[in-house]
Amino acid sequence: MAKTRKPSAQLSREKLADMYTKMMQTRRFEEKVAYFFSRGMVHGTTHLCIGQEASAIGAVGALGDDDWMASTHRGHGHSIAKGLDINRMMAELLGKSTGYCKGKGGSMHISDLSSGHLGANGIVGGGIPIATGAAISVMQLGEDRIVLCFFGDGAINEGTFHESLNLASAWHLPIIYICENNQYGMSMSTARATNVEDLSVRASSYGIPGVRVDGNDVFAVYDTVSAARDHVRKNGPYFIVSETYRHMGHSKSDANRYRTKDEIAEWKKRDPIPRMRAYLEGAGGFAPEEVDAMEKRASDDIEAAVSFAQSSPDPELTDLPTDVYAD
Amino acid sequence: MSQREITYAEAIREAMSEEMRRDPAVFFMGEDIGVYGGAFGVSVGMIDEFGPDRVRDTPISEAVIVGAAAGAAATGTRPIAEIQFSDFLGIGIDQLANQAAKMRYMFGGNASVPMVIRAPAGSGTGAAAQHSQSQEAWYCHIPGIKVVTPSTPYDAKGLLVSAIRDNNPVVFLEQKLLYRQSGPVPEGDYTVPLCVSETKRPGRDMTVITWGRMVSMVLEVAQKLSSERGMEIEVIDPRTLMPLDAGPIIASVKRTGRAMIVHEAVRTAGYGGEIAATIADSEAFFYLDAPIRRVAGLDVPIPYNPHLERNAVPTAESIESNILELLE
Repeated sequence: MAKTRKPSAQLSREKLADMYTKMMQTRRFEEKVAYFFSRGMVHGTTHLCIGQEASAIGAVGALGDDDWMASTHRGHGHSIAKGLDINRMMAELLGKSTGYCKGKGGSMHISDLSSGHLGANGIVGGGIPIATGAAISVMQLGEDRIVLCFFGDGAINEGTFHESLNLASAWHLPIIYICENNQYGMSMSTARATNVEDLSVRASSYGIPGVRVDGNDVFAVYDTVSAARDHVRKNGPYFIVSETYRHMGHSKSDANRYRTKDEIAEWKKRDPIPRMRAYLEGAGGFAPEEVDAMEKRASDDIEAAVSFAQSSPDPELTDLPTDVYAD
Repeated sequence: MSQREITYAEAIREAMSEEMRRDPAVFFMGEDIGVYGGAFGVSVGMIDEFGPDRVRDTPISEAVIVGAAAGAAATGTRPIAEIQFSDFLGIGIDQLANQAAKMRYMFGGNASVPMVIRAPAGSGTGAAAQHSQSQEAWYCHIPGIKVVTPSTPYDAKGLLVSAIRDNNPVVFLEQKLLYRQSGPVPEGDYTVPLCVSETKRPGRDMTVITWGRMVSMVLEVAQKLSSERGMEIEVIDPRTLMPLDAGPIIASVKRTGRAMIVHEAVRTAGYGGEIAATIADSEAFFYLDAPIRRVAGLDVPIPYNPHLERNAVPTAESIESNILELLE
């Protein structure tokens, strides 16, 4: 098993416990959602981030509470990391009126502007200009906050990626662009989609720093985003490529024809959750029972979220035409 | 006291400037809007008053102009984004249609997107097929945005002030050929409400519904027919196409018994079809003495040759002959 490095910042025990609990909540949340879908208990589709938890929790863990975050279609981990209420997330997946979008959005549109969450997004690369606009607001309003913009490797060949990074650089906007390279845009491998092996070199096109980080190492991600956060507040945007892997298929339609079992098995050896657990029980100074308790709490939280969601009412038909226009 | 007259372009500049003075959250971005003053000179001088932080020259990047406007609008500011020609909005349409327009609904009402996209539309400048379109119907087909098409300097200022203060994405389609036309415009603060149709000319014989540049053309024809033949044409300008204030249109057609829609945009799947259907769906149907008629652009791209260009869209002559036919 690959090792997870020691965090360079001295993280408190509370912070470590919070990050591990959120990693576990994300894993259990996704497993529950996969179960629901396999049983036909929810409709539509969903995109699971099992295997990518360290990227989400490490990156968002380095943000301030007021910082903005833009998520993607594979965004449940980002939302949990940003501190969203798991009950309301699960309710949204089940289309309930108590969900974050009152059942109108589903998995791909979970958002909570009041928590700094600019929204998951159903359009690949679609959230990048939105996040860039939030950084313009920060600048216009003279606020002390930054923006963290997530997207996948599929998004970096969209025009919005280029237009946004260029504009942000020209205007010195306080925004971190973080590409979670899980190696595939649906079935298209990064290697086939672009002739650039190290995606972070694209930053040089925009005259901004670009770094590549082991996205399955929660502390490596945390440290990288922490440094980037300091940078962007003074110097404009920063580009990070978080190298990771999704253990599950792209969505529920995925039969995994484009990758091998060996490859998946190889990446599972680098599963971020056992890596973090090993750190906690070693240099982290946690007793195994303490870590067990975090895992139990995470599982309990997901079961409670399921109960909350299942007992919540569906939206009324009278809600159908509302919320199109603001007053 | 005679009222001050300024141009349509000046009226738009005045609306933006007054709102930027009133509300520090309003800012303006777009291509060549700073020192250059915009491709049509609409923003000349604004950068001198407001500086480059509030009058932001952007790279030629329409997708991020539109998307960043949406992101900025959702996070506490009120951006005005200029798209140099409305034709270029195609590059930003995902950000408009899938992001800005849907954000509020997708998020269960937990977002407001107070942004204005200003974009010059229309033919008549010899700029050919990619710089001359009237695409209002595209945007009317997207719930969540408002579509505004001012036809006079007075409406341009008052509607733009309303659009900037509105808490929704507004596509504000300006008319290139009207930019230099003058008309009475009050100094200082006033608004023309969105989503309110206006009767530009009362009449008993026929209702013509039209917007943008076609309004003044139809009014001239109506005046001519009144003085030459004693025909009285009622002219209604919806001013906001989406959401449409259909009430005055239906009431008018019930009185006149005849309805014609005139627009510059191509005929097929144009917004005139929607208005015709709205009339036909309503109680006005039972008062019709003739079929509803559309006078619209031909189903062709706008050509370059001036003679071809002029005849690709309704002209005073074609409007007049259609009115006379319908009144027979």
